[in-house]
Amino acid sequence: MKEISLHILDLMQNSIEAGANWILLEVNENEDGFLTFSISDNGRGMSEDMLKKVRDPFVTTRKTRNVGMGIPFVEMTTKQSGGSLIMKSSSGKGTFLKASYLRDHLDRPPLGDVANTIKVFLVTNSHLHFIMHYCVGHKKFSFDSQVVTKLLGENLDFSYPEVYSWLGEYLTQEIDKVREAGGLK
Amino acid sequence: MKSLEDLKALREKLQADIKVRENSGTKIIVGMGTCGIAAGAREVMAAILDELAVRKLKNVQVQQTGCIGMCEKEVLVDVVRPGEPRITYGRVKPIDVKRIIAEHVINGRIIEDLVVGKIEGGEI
Repeated sequence: MKEISLHILDLMQNSIEAGANWILLEVNENEDGFLTFSISDNGRGMSEDMLKKVRDPFVTTRKTRNVGMGIPFVEMTTKQSGGSLIMKSSSGKGTFLKASYLRDHLDRPPLGDVANTIKVFLVTNSHLHFIMHYCVGHKKFSFDSQVVTKLLGENLDFSYPEVYSWLGEYLTQEIDKVREAGGLK
Repeated sequence: MKSLEDLKALREKLQADIKVRENSGTKIIVGMGTCGIAAGAREVMAAILDELAVRKLKNVQVQQTGCIGMCEKEVLVDVVRPGEPRITYGRVKPIDVKRIIAEHVINGRIIEDLVVGKIEGGEI
């Protein structure tokens, strides 16, 4: 993956495939010198056994191929840039994972376009309750998909062109503001 | 400047579109497994969304699917027009999106040089 935001997209797809209808994404571009992101979901979770095995690329639940690269890829990029991947999960309750990268490490992939990632993700998962906290240090922007869907009324969602176009621009603008406030622009 | 306030206006404006939309429309399905994402599915999906917005195509549904086992041919994009076979395009790049939408989605002409699969009765 060229960007950290693509890992975020990939891992959120795992949450969907695990049956989650609630996802919390937290991104912090500068958490004490680390770039971090965490994803919590209410999907079916993993057993202790699966949790141990899932870092192995030759372990997957899918039937169409015998390798699962998502988590091994993330773990590789975190370790290459002086960080780590933490995972917690329990069957029936959901999964939490947190990836951290040393911000200034030469091998840290760029974060990439988080706003566009969320837009693409929500168009095809428009009934998901998605919450994001985007931070730079202590500066923060919070987004809750339910606030949007309540304002739109019950028959409209992110799959409408006017709505997703608004979403992309809104997220880009608000993330830019936080980055500026956090001294990154 | 965009704000949450805009949504109230959108809510009024889009009421008419709700009625236009039916499940009978054309579907575009993008492979968004790890393989698809690594091959550029996000950019292809974003290009599809932009093109649909520009052309104001309200009756096209965009969906995603996971890995279907043709990882080497990602990014995979399926187009299903009502009553027609499900056509799978492979190694799709953002630059191909305008063509797929103009030729196939709108005019029903399959773009043979991008096709990697065809399922008769592919209505889903």
